[in-house]
Amino acid sequence: METAAVFLPLVGAIIAGFFGRHIGDRASQIVTCLGVGSAAVLSVPLFFDVAVGGNERVVNIMSWINSGTFETAWALRFDTLSAVMVMTVTCVSSLIHVYSIGYMSQDDSKPRFMAYLSLFTFAMLMLVTSDNLVQLFFGWEGVGVVSYLLIGFWFKKPTANAAAIKAFVVNRVGDFGFLLGIFGIYMVFDAVTFDTVFNAVEAHKEDTVTFFGIEGHALTLISLLLFIGAMGKSAQLFLHTWLPDAMEGPTPVSALIHAATMVTAGVFLVARMSPVFEYAPSALEVVTIVGASTAFFAATIGCVQTDIKRVIAYSTCSQLGYMFFACGIGAYPAAIFHLMTHAWFKALLFLGAGSVIHAMSDEQDMRKMGGIWKHVKITYAMMWIGTLALVAVPPFAGYYSKDLVLEAAYGAQTSVGQYAFIMGIAAALLTAFYSGRLLLLTFHGEPRADKQVMEHVHESPLVMTIPLMGLALGAIFAGMVGYDLFVGEGRSEFWRSALAVLGEDPIEAAHHVPAWVVWLPMVVTALGLGLSYHMYMRRPDIPGRLAAQFPRIHQFLLNKWYFDELYDFLFVRPAFWLGNILWKRGDEGTIDRFGPNGISSTIINGARRLGAVQSGYLYHYAFAMIIGIALFVSWTVVGG
Amino acid sequence: MNGFVENLPLLSVVTFTPLLGVLLLLTIRADDPEIVARNSRWVTLWVTLGTFLSSLLMWANFDPGTADFQFVEQAAWFPRFGISYHMGVDGISMLFVILSTFLMPICILASWDSIKVRVREYMISFLILETMMIGMFCALDMVLFYVFFEGVLIPMFLIIGIWGGARRVYAAFKFFLYTLTGSVLLLVAILAMYFTAGTTDIPTLMTTNFPFQIQFWLWLGLFASFAVKVPMWPVHTWLPDAHVQAPTAGSVILAGVLLKMGAYGFLRFSMPMLPLASEYFTPLVYGLSIIAVIYTSLVALAQEDMKKLIAYSSVAHMGFVTVGIFAATQQAVQGAIYQMLSHGVVSGALFLCVGVVYDRLHTREISRYGGLVNNMPKYAFVFMLMMLASVGLPGTAGFVGEFLILTGVFQVNTWVALFTATGVILGATYMLYLYRRVIYGELTKEDLKGMLDLSGRETVIFAPLCIVVMWMGVYPMSFLSVMDVSVAKLVADYHNALDAHAAATGLVDGVSLALGR
Repeated sequence: METAAVFLPLVGAIIAGFFGRHIGDRASQIVTCLGVGSAAVLSVPLFFDVAVGGNERVVNIMSWINSGTFETAWALRFDTLSAVMVMTVTCVSSLIHVYSIGYMSQDDSKPRFMAYLSLFTFAMLMLVTSDNLVQLFFGWEGVGVVSYLLIGFWFKKPTANAAAIKAFVVNRVGDFGFLLGIFGIYMVFDAVTFDTVFNAVEAHKEDTVTFFGIEGHALTLISLLLFIGAMGKSAQLFLHTWLPDAMEGPTPVSALIHAATMVTAGVFLVARMSPVFEYAPSALEVVTIVGASTAFFAATIGCVQTDIKRVIAYSTCSQLGYMFFACGIGAYPAAIFHLMTHAWFKALLFLGAGSVIHAMSDEQDMRKMGGIWKHVKITYAMMWIGTLALVAVPPFAGYYSKDLVLEAAYGAQTSVGQYAFIMGIAAALLTAFYSGRLLLLTFHGEPRADKQVMEHVHESPLVMTIPLMGLALGAIFAGMVGYDLFVGEGRSEFWRSALAVLGEDPIEAAHHVPAWVVWLPMVVTALGLGLSYHMYMRRPDIPGRLAAQFPRIHQFLLNKWYFDELYDFLFVRPAFWLGNILWKRGDEGTIDRFGPNGISSTIINGARRLGAVQSGYLYHYAFAMIIGIALFVSWTVVGG
Repeated sequence: MNGFVENLPLLSVVTFTPLLGVLLLLTIRADDPEIVARNSRWVTLWVTLGTFLSSLLMWANFDPGTADFQFVEQAAWFPRFGISYHMGVDGISMLFVILSTFLMPICILASWDSIKVRVREYMISFLILETMMIGMFCALDMVLFYVFFEGVLIPMFLIIGIWGGARRVYAAFKFFLYTLTGSVLLLVAILAMYFTAGTTDIPTLMTTNFPFQIQFWLWLGLFASFAVKVPMWPVHTWLPDAHVQAPTAGSVILAGVLLKMGAYGFLRFSMPMLPLASEYFTPLVYGLSIIAVIYTSLVALAQEDMKKLIAYSSVAHMGFVTVGIFAATQQAVQGAIYQMLSHGVVSGALFLCVGVVYDRLHTREISRYGGLVNNMPKYAFVFMLMMLASVGLPGTAGFVGEFLILTGVFQVNTWVALFTATGVILGATYMLYLYRRVIYGELTKEDLKGMLDLSGRETVIFAPLCIVVMWMGVYPMSFLSVMDVSVAKLVADYHNALDAHAAATGLVDGVSLALGR
């Protein structure tokens, strides 16, 4: 059953990918939906068996890379953490598969799209069920490469191709850190299998190592390296630039990869490695600071973007920041809880946005929308549900998880915890603002689209709206239902050893914070929503005036804090410039010039000169002879 | 069956079957050159397939449990000088034989239509080349090794010089000039070894303890030859030219097998015979390899010619290999060998991918292409798979070697691992950028619109390559277990030699210290 839950999506992907042309579009769609759907069906009893029933297990498939003491195997590990992830991934993914049937109905290469989606799901499942760091890396790179394929799905668009490469390369920068982290783990523990590492972590807690000339606490250095990987995948500050561009892909892709599953892999990694991170308090502080800063930073950008999907993308970035700082203060259950609820409501928002885009004849610019709520009532309602869950209004899912994260940050009673709390509250305000702005700009006010588009505005077919409703159910109930299990009284029996916490349990502290801490998020949310209503409904002239009054700030935000320009200047251009210089000046100008070409031309020139001496004129030879005799005589006279 | 195999001089059979094929080709008598060409192709294909099968027989009977040489044959050659015809394989060399025999039929198929003139001579060159390559990996006598090692150059020189592109003569001479310089020094080193140890027998030389002073010079002599073959920076500039001018199949063998000869030399000679000097020069090798990885990756990024780009990427990948070998840990050395095998398959396949479009449009200029996925989906898939393998995606062949090398190197020197690992980022950059320019985008150029997807013959060429690339990525144990014991012995011997030397010099130092007081 465990094996089937992971490998059925792969089977679907192979059938649709290789035989899609022969079996046709419809059959490909059915076979991939069946594959992922059955995995989802299997994942539910699996969850109850493993997480609730406590039957943790590892299914060995075969050995993978063994060399000396280095051993890795293909294996599926099922504990509470992976069971939660498997269930979330397969359920959300199967709804997205069904939605894609409708969304991609006009596309020429449906089998290819469905195959990619299923392949992605498989890679994600391999990631979350891996039993060692190397297989985790397999899944990690697997989701990376399929996301590259999916972002560049419309390969005729140059922007899509550029975005795809950017996503892969930026992720590779993170992977670089991840890889070094794995090597460090092997150096210290002589193993990369989770159980072996976790069992030995106590014995190595005082180890010091020297990495790159830095002598330091081994577990801290390793944790930091692993976190670099997590930052890349989860689009945290400095390595976030790929995520907004990734919106070039079809919308279901954004929902599946850039909201619900892949981007949360970094959070998963930190949670999975929590037994190691727990012994590295300074690394955890870094995680907290990066997470909190990202939560705020991304939210500021979200407030000025005009592309509906990009707003949601920055929102994702920001929410991932919440998850990270939850991890950083040791509230791993809260982080995973937020990850799970976020998967539902963020996928809902993305797919809802897709439904809007579908209705608006592929328009994504919110400045050209407005006033369409009457025409797309279901989508409108679903977007409201998603938004309420995101801004954490009770009793929607986000309320339970996000407020707990904030309370835990406050309850941690550390300076980084306070920083995270302040940033989190500020981000909550901005979240409410940009979410309200998104809804109002899209659905309310005067229609700003041209007549032709407005005439065509229509509700999406059932095959798209039903998955929306499924996700909406999750966005409403996931928090309520999961609260007790994930972070309530029974949490330690639920998680058992899957997540580690040393010392005081931050969740416990979160349950005992002052009342104002509990109320503050809701107050700022109301404020943010109110502000957006004021600015975009009652006084729609304000945003323009603000932009005109503070052009610098507006430009700064609109250009996403100029990260792209900075990286282009620092890395992209120099790389090409250097490549050209090394090629033309290094290889051709130096090595070849003085190497083979130099030697051969010296020889040829020498031979020519020698040849020139044989001129055929008698007086040349006579002259040479006289000089020769003169030299010879003088040498014998002087030397003799 | 087993008795039959035991009595068979299997290595000689595998090595010299291609030469037998040459004899067969010479017997073809027909007036019509068309018929000669057709017969030559078929004969060569069957001969190379037969060689491959016989090499598989060798693998089937190979015992991975021992580090000793297997299928050993020894016959007196120049008994007065202690030189003999001595052949044998261990876990390190065996898979290279398989690699050579595996690539050869693919090369013949790849040349099926693209070679139109002097087909028989072309096939003869390839068959001689195959004998030389296999012989080189099997030779257990330095003179014999030298004969094969240099013998490889001649058919390759001809293949580039006769069937190559427009600047083929320049490329062939550059290739020859570089490698010949190295060869002379190798010969000197071999002679020096012979005069010191009194034998050219490789297993005997492995147990000979050369004094450090001699090791120092011998190592440099060997290095000059092997570094050119690898090729290491800065003696790599022959490679891009040779690749660009060579016919597709020539590139495949060049990248697939010939580049491995240098690294194999390090493993077979430098490390086991000259451990002290190897350790002494390790920083040099690290430095050159790191430069190779970063420098050539950047240069690859700037290339406008597909073959040049892949050629430069080969230099970068071989940089990983040399780092791995000299890190001298189990993982690093096994990874280096694995990287060589996978690079042999993957870069060979990439050159074949270039060949496919070159055959259709007769240009390798990247900017002439674009949007091929629209009319060549099968081709796009194969190219994608090979590109990802080249980038080192887990689950493909490229990952295992790269990962093991870096794992091993990190245990020895974190700085080296750090710099080498930047190749992981840069490699992704230039390959994805290449793929985008060739395959993705709109199909706008008129002359591309008529291009057909992979033909039946091309599919037959790529299918085994794709299977092997996946197999090597998902279940690498089939290959790793073959070399496990041999590599363990190599690494252990190496460190024992270093320890013994350290102990001895430590003793001397201690004594002199005591006397000094």
